[in-house]
Amino acid sequence: MAATPALSVEGLSVEFRTRSGIVRALDNVSFSVDKGETIALVGESGSGKSVTAYAVMGILDPAGKVTAGRAMLDGLDLLHASPSQLADVRGRKIAMIFQNPRTALNPIRPVGQQIADVLIRHGNVPRKEAPAQAVEMLRSVGITDPARRAKAYPFEMSGGMCQRVMIGIALAAKPWLLIADEPTTGLDVTTQAVIMDLVNDLASQMGMATIFITHDLALAGQRSSRIVVMHAGHVVENAPTRELSTNPRHPYTAELIAATPDSAASLDELASIPGSLPDLRRTDLPPCRYSERCPRKIDACAQPLPYAGGSISHIVACWNPLPASSEFEAKASAA
Amino acid sequence: MLTMILKRAGMAIPSLIGVVIVTFLLTRALPGDPAAYFAGPAATPQAIEQVRVKLGLDKSLIAQFGNYVVDLAHGNFGTSLTTGQPVVSELITRLPASAELTLLGLLVSIIIAVPLGILAATKPNSLIDHACRIATTLGVSLPVFFTGLILVYVFYYQLGWAPAPLGRIDVFFDPPPAYTGFYLIDSLIAGQPETFMAALKQLILPALTLGIFSLAPIARMTRASMLAVLSSDFVRTARASGLASYTVIVTYAFRNAMLPVITTLGMVFSFLLGANVLVEKVFAWPGIGSYAVEALLASDFAPVQGFVLTMAVMYVALNLLIDVLYGVIDPRVRLEA
Amino acid sequence: MTVIATTPQREGGLAALIKHSRYIIAENPVTGFAFALFVLIVLAAILGPEIVPYNPLTSDTAQALKPPSAHHWFGTDQLGRDVFSRVVVATRLDFFIAVASVVLVFLMGGLAGVAAGFFGGWTDRIVGRVADTIMAFPLFVLAMGIVAALGNTVQNIVLATAIVNFPLYARIARAEANIRRDAGFVEAARLSGNADWRILAFQILPNVFPLLVVQMSLTMGYAILNAAGLSFIGLGVRPPTPEWGIMVAEGAQFIVSGEWWNAAFPGAALMVAVFCFNLLGDGLRDMIDPRRRT
Repeated sequence: MAATPALSVEGLSVEFRTRSGIVRALDNVSFSVDKGETIALVGESGSGKSVTAYAVMGILDPAGKVTAGRAMLDGLDLLHASPSQLADVRGRKIAMIFQNPRTALNPIRPVGQQIADVLIRHGNVPRKEAPAQAVEMLRSVGITDPARRAKAYPFEMSGGMCQRVMIGIALAAKPWLLIADEPTTGLDVTTQAVIMDLVNDLASQMGMATIFITHDLALAGQRSSRIVVMHAGHVVENAPTRELSTNPRHPYTAELIAATPDSAASLDELASIPGSLPDLRRTDLPPCRYSERCPRKIDACAQPLPYAGGSISHIVACWNPLPASSEFEAKASAA
Repeated sequence: MLTMILKRAGMAIPSLIGVVIVTFLLTRALPGDPAAYFAGPAATPQAIEQVRVKLGLDKSLIAQFGNYVVDLAHGNFGTSLTTGQPVVSELITRLPASAELTLLGLLVSIIIAVPLGILAATKPNSLIDHACRIATTLGVSLPVFFTGLILVYVFYYQLGWAPAPLGRIDVFFDPPPAYTGFYLIDSLIAGQPETFMAALKQLILPALTLGIFSLAPIARMTRASMLAVLSSDFVRTARASGLASYTVIVTYAFRNAMLPVITTLGMVFSFLLGANVLVEKVFAWPGIGSYAVEALLASDFAPVQGFVLTMAVMYVALNLLIDVLYGVIDPRVRLEA
Repeated sequence: MTVIATTPQREGGLAALIKHSRYIIAENPVTGFAFALFVLIVLAAILGPEIVPYNPLTSDTAQALKPPSAHHWFGTDQLGRDVFSRVVVATRLDFFIAVASVVLVFLMGGLAGVAAGFFGGWTDRIVGRVADTIMAFPLFVLAMGIVAALGNTVQNIVLATAIVNFPLYARIARAEANIRRDAGFVEAARLSGNADWRILAFQILPNVFPLLVVQMSLTMGYAILNAAGLSFIGLGVRPPTPEWGIMVAEGAQFIVSGEWWNAAFPGAALMVAVFCFNLLGDGLRDMIDPRRRT
């Protein structure tokens, strides 16, 4: 537990400049991923989970700006690194796969060549040998007949195959950390499971840490050892998966779990979370961005949130959290 | 691929038919009476009438059109009244002159406009971006003949760097042997470097004039296309994979961005064919443009018809070429068609 | 990359347009400059003949080809006429040519296009064939042919410009009409008994207008350049009418002998006007569809 984490995000704040004002997309986001650990970053649309990933990778939209924070990867602060340092680290130490695999691949370049590009760039592979290794990479992500497929173009492949190719591109240089941004959205359920299995297998083979970004709490629960829940640009809860699902402490997490189809006995019981995300352009946002729709709101909620970082196992950014269950309370006070 | 080409060629035929008809009608509407012209100023009304019958101009418009089409099928574009030469032979000698000039102008334009467009796209809304936009827009805001005149004034008259605008090659040189009709190519084939230089010197100013004129649409389209591609998902993936800047911008972004630019080239070429006419007048270029203008002003319709038809066919051929080029670069067109 | 924000409330029409325009102009001062220039041109067109110091048509051969001076700010031309006065007065004619061409092509191309898109079938095919035939010609050459055949008057120059630009407008209008053919408000109009042509003219065409207005700005510039080119070959307006194009064409022969002001000033005026229209077109495009900013 005391070893340096693979990635440590500390106090990340991001703003976007838009036509209708400044959007405070992220506010003081902190979490870390240990080497080889798989965590999930969970939240509804607009919670800031993708923005976090993009900020860490340094591929934010030009209208976005990191206003505070650090993202430490192997001693380098990704948020304040130079473009050449970033280009060096991306692909080699940290990689990312995206939604919509088909559009995320170069439409007029054979897929084998796209993997070879990464191999040549980061893998110290001589140009001549790269195509052969690319074929091997395709094989390892489960593409049948890889030698032939390497010459194919993305439009000739299914969504699932394109996602495999993207995984191949991301993992070609054996990075330490993979960020998977909703990698299975848009794929059918069977393919989803297969892709998630693939990522998990490769990650454990390579000892690679993974951050799964998803809005699907159930999916997160199945695949990760720790879940970080985000809401409106804040980290609201950060706990090991089992603890979170059986003893959620933040009111929002509890609502999220209740809204998951798995936990509802029938459709009638399926809860929805009341209210909607606050408008992040407001200058008068309360310190807790959930407070305005929170059933457990108390006067103390007007104060700045308790700091959500640190090394405690179960972090809750709330003044009036749900009670801890006895099992976990003992652990928490011991930590 | 071949089927696609044949299909496109087939689709162009109705347009060509339309061109033939419209040209025929337009030239018949030109003022002036070719029969009177041909017969000469001292001819009597009867003599003129005889000439009219000989030229077949007394027949109905439909019959005349019929004759015209039959002639066309035999490769007979008629005879010019002003020069007395068959139009076909004149077109054959003059076409390479115009083609060489237009192609060189297009090349100059691409060499300048594409890098400008890429540069502007990598730094959107910056000073460079605005400067590029202003510069290219200026180029297209001047009448093309005026640009030519300014260039002549500055580079020939004031600075003496360029030769006099008196045609394709300086009088002291013989033109190279006519393999292709393109002086630059022919002089190289014949191993005549001085001729090559002489021809090149004459080509620079008119090609530059045409180039300046077509900078704006090419630069604008390159910029717009690059901007769209640079914010696309796959460029994001390329960046996230840490690929080198050059690889991202050129190998990934630019190759994709070129596709709409290539289609724009067809449109630009059409502009240039029109602008050619004016540039040839300024630089005394013996091309088909000047040939047609002189004929038009003299109401000599056979050359005009021949010219317009040639232009239309060239335009169709060029668009086909562009489609083929598109197919080479974009596998989706190739494989899905 | 999605931005986290809820959609802003849509403010009412004109106020929103002005606010949006101010944003675009602030982002892009070049467009603001183009606007200002446009107003200047319009003023010159309207007030020109009233405010010039000399009669643009009076010739005074004793004063021929004098360089710019305090008396004659832009010098005099080969017939002793004051170039400055002629340039300013020519604004009206050139502006008229630009506007008339654009109005004509909008009506012709716009109506034909929406009819083609709305009715489909034979209307579509015919309009398509006509457009293809026009586009098969190098456009300037076609304009030359039309003016040569019909005679070089201002009306014919305007007509030639309109015809040459017809395919572009028809194509854009047709695409829009195709989309809107089954739109709600069209159905409503039909159900309340409006004849088809009324629907076309009063419902669909006005909706197509914003798309075309960008192109119209660019066509205004093209119209002036076209007229200038025609003048250069001798198919433009007839002298002694002051028009920038013919002034440049006539002045061209004096450049080599050093009397540059004859062609330079009308050329500059022409360039400024076309430049302004082009920039305006770009600015309008930014305002109307921010996604397609060039």
